[in-house]
Amino acid sequence: MEKNAALFQFLCRMGDNTLVLGHRVSEWCGHAPVIEEDIALANTALDLLGQTQLWLELAGTVEGKGRSADDLAFLRDVWDFRNLLLVERPNGDFGHTLLRQFLFDAWQNIILARLTESRDQRIAEIAEKAAKEAAYHVERSSGTVIGLGDGTDESHRRMQAALDRLWPYVGEMFCGDAADQTLAAAGIAPRPEDLRSAWDAHVNAVLDAATLARPDSDFAHKGGRDGTHTEHLGYILADMQFLQRAYPGAAW
Amino acid sequence: MSSEWPLFEVFIRGQHGLSHRHVGSLHAPDAEMALKNARDVYTRRNEGVSIWVVESARITASSPGDKGPLYAPSESKIYRHPTFYDIPDDVEAM
Repeated sequence: MEKNAALFQFLCRMGDNTLVLGHRVSEWCGHAPVIEEDIALANTALDLLGQTQLWLELAGTVEGKGRSADDLAFLRDVWDFRNLLLVERPNGDFGHTLLRQFLFDAWQNIILARLTESRDQRIAEIAEKAAKEAAYHVERSSGTVIGLGDGTDESHRRMQAALDRLWPYVGEMFCGDAADQTLAAAGIAPRPEDLRSAWDAHVNAVLDAATLARPDSDFAHKGGRDGTHTEHLGYILADMQFLQRAYPGAAW
Repeated sequence: MSSEWPLFEVFIRGQHGLSHRHVGSLHAPDAEMALKNARDVYTRRNEGVSIWVVESARITASSPGDKGPLYAPSESKIYRHPTFYDIPDDVEAM
């Protein structure tokens, strides 16, 4: 794959992950079980949206067609989004949301650490800033998964159910393609496959402490990274993009 | 749910060199989570460089009803204030 196209693809993947997950997490604002968690989740959502701004702005620059981060976020349709299927999964209950966050945070923390060594200085700088936020996110979500997994019978049951439900969406994080190969060869980004062992080590340790059983299936739903999404993304975009679609260029 | 979580008091040091100041309270399942919650609730706008949390139940406080015996005896002891010293001119602030 041609390097610039691969780079644009990669930046959309990074930015769309944080955009869609940020939107999902923001859906909890005003609804979380306690106010402390409500504020913490809103902070996480804002961190993710801040990262989105950086990734998508660079994506627009790399693409060279004059599209801004806002253009990419609000004026692309479902098939142009490159996020993992995991992050568009509905929130479910609080435990389900936190477990999805944990699976993503564990991955994001690892890839951002690798990206701070990217040969593309712009990517290394974004990763440097985002890595500090991601390190806090993974610490927080790991702690919550342990607390709820090793909590009451009901919290344990809910966390195990969430883990079983979300596990088929884990594999997609580690499936590289031609674009990933191109960037890995250029020293710009790591191969997704190479992140798996570090992710396994962190996740296994947390699941052990949480007394949760890691599902032994390797089955993986795929497609999000190439624009083939579940029906959920359409609803997210309808919600998120309504204003810009109905009132193009609206600002405040 | 929050009724099952103990209350914690939060103290934040705004800058190096200043002392920790009480900023409010929050609920958390344990002290570690209280620290994280304090980070999220009270330092969103870059307010601090250090956080202390302490379970509210661990604080022993004076009772308002005891204010007579506790504070009244110090009211008439002006000699406890260092106002009888001549301060040299080149000492700017005391």
